[in-house]
Formats: sequence, structure tokens, C-alpha cells
Amino acid sequence: MLNVGKIENGIVLDHIQAGKSMLIYHYLELNKLDCTVAIIKNARSNAMGKKDILKIETDAHSIDLDVIAFIDPDVTVNIIKGGELVEKKRISLPKEVKNVIKCANPRCITSIEQGVQHMFYLADSRRNIYRCRYCDEKYTEQEIEW
Amino acid sequence: MRHILTPLDFSVSELDQIFDTAADIEANPKKYANACRGKKLATLFYEPSTRTRLSTETAMLNMGGSTMGFSDANSSSVSKGESIADTIRTVSCFADIAAIRHPKEGAAMVAKQASRIPIINCGDGGHQHPTQTLTDLLTIRSLKKRLNNMTIGLCGDLKFGRTVHSLIAAMSRYQGIRFIFISPNELRIPDYVTDMLDEKGIPYQENVRLDDVIGRLDILYMTRVQRERFFNEEDYVRLKDFYVLTKKTMRRAKNDMFVLHPLPRVNEISVEVDNDPRAAYFRQVQYGVYVRMALILTLLGIKVNDDGEVIEEGPGKLPL
Repeated sequence: MLNVGKIENGIVLDHIQAGKSMLIYHYLELNKLDCTVAIIKNARSNAMGKKDILKIETDAHSIDLDVIAFIDPDVTVNIIKGGELVEKKRISLPKEVKNVIKCANPRCITSIEQGVQHMFYLADSRRNIYRCRYCDEKYTEQEIEW
Repeated sequence: MRHILTPLDFSVSELDQIFDTAADIEANPKKYANACRGKKLATLFYEPSTRTRLSTETAMLNMGGSTMGFSDANSSSVSKGESIADTIRTVSCFADIAAIRHPKEGAAMVAKQASRIPIINCGDGGHQHPTQTLTDLLTIRSLKKRLNNMTIGLCGDLKFGRTVHSLIAAMSRYQGIRFIFISPNELRIPDYVTDMLDEKGIPYQENVRLDDVIGRLDILYMTRVQRERFFNEEDYVRLKDFYVLTKKTMRRAKNDMFVLHPLPRVNEISVEVDNDPRAAYFRQVQYGVYVRMALILTLLGIKVNDDGEVIEEGPGKLPL
């Protein structure tokens, strides 16, 4: 079993679908945080075969759970206080995602208008389909430029 | 404050009230001649559209109000790079209600977010065109005396045709509606529309040939293949005359089927069809004025009594 140091206060995201931890890292903008962040990729998992884990030593309230749910609704969120697990949270697909992703439709007004909020709504919860609030274009995962 | 960005912004019963008002306007136009006296409509047209702009302005003028605006982005502050949000904040200081048309999808939503006055979406790119849809619904209701239990065929550019998307969304709220989509493969109905129909369990089918299905239709909604929606001129030239409705094709249609078209028509309906009593597209234009009058009254919260006196008015602009 792989051992990564415990965190004292913060949040542990477990059961992340293997390969999605960096997406969550990107959309939560963890690169901008000054705290400890541990990224564990392809950890062995009995249930999933492989999984990713993220440990973030920060105030749990500062993390946008909707962003995590949007990327992977099956993630388990563990809240850690004083080195102990105090709460396990289940998350579900958010009805709306604000200023996380941008619309890729070149005909969408958000491609030219400055200062607009980028909003997507959950159009189909069975198939995890989000659509742009402005133009109804379906969101498809894009390559992230690191 | 109410706006109209899509036909779904109003419930079926609210739309019924708008259509009842429109029918009353048709029967008693004089009663409404001063309903909007002192009110100003701004028409913000970032792309040209003679019909929709004139129809909306006529609606306001018929009720004693006045109009202002621009009909081309080059003749406005937009050419200096002003955002939609700033334009609508400014116009909110001048007018009581604004009608906006813009080539980008979702433009009216941006306007709504910044506006202190009701917004009428008069077309946002290939996305929505609710006042055309209300026109279509009123026309169907007036001609068929109902809005439920019918088969509606939509023919032509179903991919970029915003009138088509709006009409489907609106008609899918009535009982017993079936759709037949007739288009070349390149201009098929987008998946967000069929997803919505699947979700609601509304039956539809897709066909390439109009002749094969016209006999089953109660309404045939023809559309123009629009040059401005194509990035590639070659595709446009190949597809523009894919459908031409002729007298011969009309022989296969039911006697009580009506042909609608949002206009302008190019070649997709032969002029020989114009004299057919089932050709309803010019009547549709007249209904467009009535329904826009009813919509302006609704958004401004204005009601008149039988003597034409304004007996109720909405709260007006939102504070600065």
C-alpha cells in the first residue's frame, strides 16, 4: 500500500476516476494555493482497479464541491480536522456550473462579449450532459493546455 | 420584470392569454390605438432584418407608442466596440422596452442580465426567435382552431433555422403533437432538439423527401436555406434549392393542411403556390403584428378597457 503523509486539516478526495485528478486540480485552480497538495495517480483500488486521490491541506469550505461533482460525481469527499476524518460527503451533479468551463461554440455570444459569466446547466442527468446557458451548445471535454 | 428570450419563458396558459389578446386586437384594433401612448420601443438590430424590425415597430406604432434604434451594427456604437451589456444599460435610460436581434447565439440573454427594461429577443443567431414562434402559434391557432393533436412537418434548413428550433420547443408543450423533420443530411435537426423530444416522449421522424410525407401533414412549415449561416459558399450553393414546393407537390397534401413560412421566401416555395388557399404565409405576417402588439402589452403590464382607456400598467423600469 502506498503511503502519503496524513494531512491535519483539509480535504481528501478519494475514488477519483483514474486520470481525472489533474482535471480536478486544474478546475479547482489548486496551482494558485500555497498549501500542501498531494496528487496520487493510479493508486490500487479493490473496487475500481485504479483510482486517483487528491489531498489538499486547506479550509474545506474554500473548495467548490460542485466543480468536483461536475468532473466526477462518484468522488468521495472526506473532511479532515485535527488529523481525524470528521465527515464523509456524497456529492451529486450540480444543476448549474458557473465560470468553470467555457463554451466552445464560435457562434456563442460568450466568445466575444467581455465580462459575461460562463454558465452551463445540467440538461440530462442520466448522461451527464451540460449545455451552455446562452446558446444551448453541449459541453464536451476539451484538452487542457497546461 | 418579464422578458421573452424563448417561447418557453411563458407558460401555455400565459401564451393563451397573449393569443386571446391578439385575437381581440384583430377584432377591435381601435380599442388599442392609444394603449402605449408615451411609451418608447428601442429596436437594437445588430444584423439586418426588415420584416421583424418593421413588424415590431408597427406593433408599437399601432398602439400610439414611438420607436427608436438602429438597424445595422455599423451605424451604432457597436462599431466602436461597445459591449451588448453597456449598450442595453444605456438604452434602459431612454426606452421602456427593447427588441434585440444579434448574430451571436445567447445575445439576448446577455442583454437581459444588464437590462432595466423588458427585452424581446428578435433572433439570436441560429438559436431562438420567439416572436416568430408566437406568430407561428397564433397563425396555427387561428387557422386550425387548435394547437394540439396535429402532425407538423418542418422542411428545409433544420440545422441553422432558429425559427424551427423555437417552434418545436413551443409546440412540444401541447398534447398529441407529432413532428416530421424533412431536410438534407447536412441540415438535419440538432441533437439538443431531438434530445428534448426523446426526454418528453414526443414522436418524430426524419425524412429527406418531402413528397413522401406531405400527405400526412396538418401544417407544413417551410424554411429558407440562409446564406449567412454558412461558412462555405460551395455548401450553400449545393443546398439552397434542395426543396421547392410546387403545385404538383401540393396535390399530395390534405385539403386542410396549411403552408407556413417565416419569410423572406427565395425559391423554396414556387410563386404558383401563392394562390392556393392553403398558402398561409402572408396571413402569417399580419398575425405577427397582432401577436407582437399583445406581447408588448403583456411585457409592459398594460391593460385597456372596452373604451380603450389604460386601466392597468406595470411597475416600469427597474431602479438604476
